[in-house]
Amino acid sequence: MAEAAESPGDPGTTSPRPLFAGLSDISISQDIPIEGEITIPVRSRSRESDSSTLNESVRNTIMRDLKAVGKKFMHVLYPRKSNTLLRDWDLWGPLILCVTLALMLQRGSVDGEKDGGPQFAEVFVIVWFGAVTITLNSKLLGGNISFFQSLCVLGYCILPLTVAMLVCRLVLLADPGPVNFMVRLFVVIVMFVWSIVASTAFLADSQPPNRKALAVYPVFLFYFVISWMILTFTPQ
Amino acid sequence: MAAVDDLQFEEFGDAATALVANTDATTISIEDPDETPKHQPGPPRGSGREEDDELLGNDDSDKTEVFDRIKGSLLPIPGKNFVRLYIRSNPDLYGPFWICATLVFAIAISGNLSNFLIHLGEKTYHYVPEFRKVSIAATIIYAYAWLVPLALWGFLVWRNSKVMNIVSYSFLEIVCVYGYSLFIYIPTAILWIIPQKAVRWILVMIALAISGSVLAMTFWPAVREDNRRIALATIVTIVLLHMLLSVGCLAYFFDAPEMDHLPPATATPNQTVAAAKSS
Repeated sequence: MAEAAESPGDPGTTSPRPLFAGLSDISISQDIPIEGEITIPVRSRSRESDSSTLNESVRNTIMRDLKAVGKKFMHVLYPRKSNTLLRDWDLWGPLILCVTLALMLQRGSVDGEKDGGPQFAEVFVIVWFGAVTITLNSKLLGGNISFFQSLCVLGYCILPLTVAMLVCRLVLLADPGPVNFMVRLFVVIVMFVWSIVASTAFLADSQPPNRKALAVYPVFLFYFVISWMILTFTPQ
Repeated sequence: MAAVDDLQFEEFGDAATALVANTDATTISIEDPDETPKHQPGPPRGSGREEDDELLGNDDSDKTEVFDRIKGSLLPIPGKNFVRLYIRSNPDLYGPFWICATLVFAIAISGNLSNFLIHLGEKTYHYVPEFRKVSIAATIIYAYAWLVPLALWGFLVWRNSKVMNIVSYSFLEIVCVYGYSLFIYIPTAILWIIPQKAVRWILVMIALAISGSVLAMTFWPAVREDNRRIALATIVTIVLLHMLLSVGCLAYFFDAPEMDHLPPATATPNQTVAAAKSS
């Protein structure tokens, strides 16, 4: 028999009873069945696919990243005003390009002369610290592009110069002479202009208009130094 | 019921006219980016990297400001103070940093080109890009552009505590002056490719005259009230260090034009080999 507790908000009682004081006196005559099944609701399909990238094959992962990198290469080679490079930035492309360039530019391991071309580490440091410096410069000038987006753009726009390096190495297999040099000079100049056009197509919009030239000049210097390293490369 | 006229927007005009009408009122004006406000808080100061100036968040330091400062460093007007005229308590580090970077590469590349052109006809000469010289040039130029202003600033502070000077410069202003005064060396370095000793030395003199006078005119008012000898010694030291920098760069990065090789009269390698053998 259940005894109802006194209504708790009853005014006027001489000694106010604490809340639910009478509950301890409640006894239940019959057992209320509390049995059933507990099931976890079935996950929706989208969550299923998110967690399954761990389970996919390595080939899929690599191909997906390679396709993203390749898509960005296409954007660099045909620069239009699009946001793809900026929105989905990644640093795989710049790393691949930088390592390729540094491997091709370094002088041979059997080093006869003390002064020669740059070592692998020197090229690597110039590319990455140059890109970081330019990014910091454009941020301090008031640009509204994020740090990694800017690194991504600058790294990807080295692609034309890497192509120039490949072409130069092929041209150097022929016999040296002024014609050889002229061809290399022409290729490097064209690729240098292409790099600058590609990177300013992405970066210039992020600066206030009275500072565009201030932000573009370091980019010009950066690609000029890389072009110089490519042009003056001499095989041993 | 309010008349329709009362509901129209009132034209408040801009801040200037409002202030004229009521000089006690405080007005807020939203300025165009083209105008130069007196003070505007820039982005928060970074702790580490001071190469680029945090004050660049200010609209003052846009492209025309930098160009004006460069022009001021190229054309020193006697009696006009570079800091007073151009910097006006708004030093920026964009100019000094990128001028130094450009100068480093200008010297290294010009030195390389000049050596290549000088040794062009020699059979035993194998061209090397001499990349190590870039790091050496960078160390020299950046050390000069930052350590000498530091020493000068410390010296001026010390003298200021002894002799009351009217003019005193902050450290950033001194760095700014030194950075912009190095600008003349960029075209000088490029012209040093010409392999004639006389031309090179004339260029050294001209560059030293221009940038030395900018520095001297900047720092003369700061030491003027001091003891005569100390003031003169300071100015002479400043100019001497500047000359040391330019002559040192010329000597180290650019080979002497008449080293052990006569200037080639024609371009045929046989003749130059014969000339080299006979010398």
